[in-house]
Amino acid sequence: MDIKDVENLAELARIELPETEKEQILKDMKGILDYVKQIESVKVPTDGIVGIPTLGSVGIHNAWREDGLEAREFSRDLIVSQFPDSQDGFLKVKKIL
Amino acid sequence: MMIDLKNLTIEKAHASLKNGEYTCLELVEEYLKVIGEKNKELNAYLEVYDDVIRQAEEAEKKFKNGSATKMTGIPIAIKDNILVGGKIVSAGSKILENYRASYDATVVKILKKEGAILLGRTNMDEFAMGSSTQTSYYGVSRNPYDPSRVPGGSSGGSAIAVAADMALTALGTETCGSVRQPSAFCGLVGLKPTYGALSRHGIIAMGNSLDQVSPFGKTVRDVEIVFNTLSLHDPEDSTSVPEDLRNPSRSNLKQKIGVPWHLFEEGVEKTVLENFKQSIEKLASVGFEIVDIKLPYSKYSLATYYIIMPAEVSTNLSRFDGIRYGYSHKGETLEEVYKKSRGEGFGREARRRILLGTYVLSYGYYDAYYNKAVKVRRKIADEIVKAYERVDLIATPTAPTLPFKLGEKLDDPVAMYLSDIFSAPANLSGVPSLALPSGKTSEGLPHSIQFMAPHFAEDSLFQIGKQFEKIKN
Repeated sequence: MDIKDVENLAELARIELPETEKEQILKDMKGILDYVKQIESVKVPTDGIVGIPTLGSVGIHNAWREDGLEAREFSRDLIVSQFPDSQDGFLKVKKIL
Repeated sequence: MMIDLKNLTIEKAHASLKNGEYTCLELVEEYLKVIGEKNKELNAYLEVYDDVIRQAEEAEKKFKNGSATKMTGIPIAIKDNILVGGKIVSAGSKILENYRASYDATVVKILKKEGAILLGRTNMDEFAMGSSTQTSYYGVSRNPYDPSRVPGGSSGGSAIAVAADMALTALGTETCGSVRQPSAFCGLVGLKPTYGALSRHGIIAMGNSLDQVSPFGKTVRDVEIVFNTLSLHDPEDSTSVPEDLRNPSRSNLKQKIGVPWHLFEEGVEKTVLENFKQSIEKLASVGFEIVDIKLPYSKYSLATYYIIMPAEVSTNLSRFDGIRYGYSHKGETLEEVYKKSRGEGFGREARRRILLGTYVLSYGYYDAYYNKAVKVRRKIADEIVKAYERVDLIATPTAPTLPFKLGEKLDDPVAMYLSDIFSAPANLSGVPSLALPSGKTSEGLPHSIQFMAPHFAEDSLFQIGKQFEKIKN
């Protein structure tokens, strides 16, 4: 991993990094990856169940509800008033095309 | 009016409120007084709510009309990542500095219905990312036992609030030890419930497959009361487990405790290990059979966690983009709004974890990191569930160290992450775990032991916890 990778990841994550921080992040990430790469050596048999244990083991597989309208308690005004930019009660963004 | 807050429990307060020894308002005013004296130094609360008095008056009505429950009038502190409708909820981040929640989290809705008094929101590591409450945008918090030391984290503010008598009980959240580790550092009881026991609706997510709302208390009984109040199925959370799928809790205290000694061979402070051994001896002396168990995959818990969690973080935190709410940098293009809002709004730890998550999920690395971690996680969960065929509970130290000094480990992320080495197995496998005080060092710093039980066997934890409270001295 090098500075170019850090810049690429920041681009993918849509985060502008200060120049001064790139070296530090690179160093931190190398340290963390060095620690987590120990799982490479773990032998995992290919049989058996895979998937997230916290969901499957307690018996929930899919949690569905009817596709209908249900009332929700929230304040529309509070949501609209927090738009960073708006016009006539609509959220306004920079043009995308 | 003088109330002995130090020895106050939920049941004692309830009895006093019921028999009119003091009113909800008088109780709350006692806590507000302590907050006024201590919060400046300890920085437990980011905000004390301006409607606390009105809440107390409402609670008093419930006592008058006979509809009061155990939680009515109980002053509780709320971690700053749990939505309280109309109030600012910042998750300790600049990006949500002025964000006001548009609805109540389900756990908050329940507390309000019961008439509990929400005192305010507490400091935390930014987006719950940390083990010391030092990554908050709103300054560090301090350990009430020694203000030059950290309170643990990420739910440090809630822990301090209870430990320093600035609240009777508190809610935090756990993704990997964020309630148990600060409980250890602040001499409290902390419960990480079974994944799916408490609703996550209205909790600002860090790692969805790991997060659980988790209560703090001074006693096991207090934590049990809060847990029982909040442990309800919630259709608003698709991972909330319906009551009929929850295993019946165990009513008889079993006698076998498994200890995975091989996990503590290195990296545990000598005094911590010494204290743990003494606790185990005490348990053995009152009739528990101590069984040496092996959890070979659990050795990789923290490494597994530090792949899965950042992956979920990078996904979850993509919603904070400067468009709909929160901090927004006015840019010329949409891309500039995104990049500058996120670059300036997130702190260093959050940026680091987002990038790490982006990396482990990216093409070419996905199989080696994320996919492998998911498989190892499954093995960890399986071996823990299997261990319960031989033992009833598993015991470990809660954290490998005593509370460390402010500033320590901040420049070494891996050293900081290791604080949660014994926390990770419970979060990865979804089983419940209880941390509780196990004595003090000669300098007066708290020690802690933790127990893990099978899914939805919180009652076993409360039973052993209450028994341990009696024998620990």
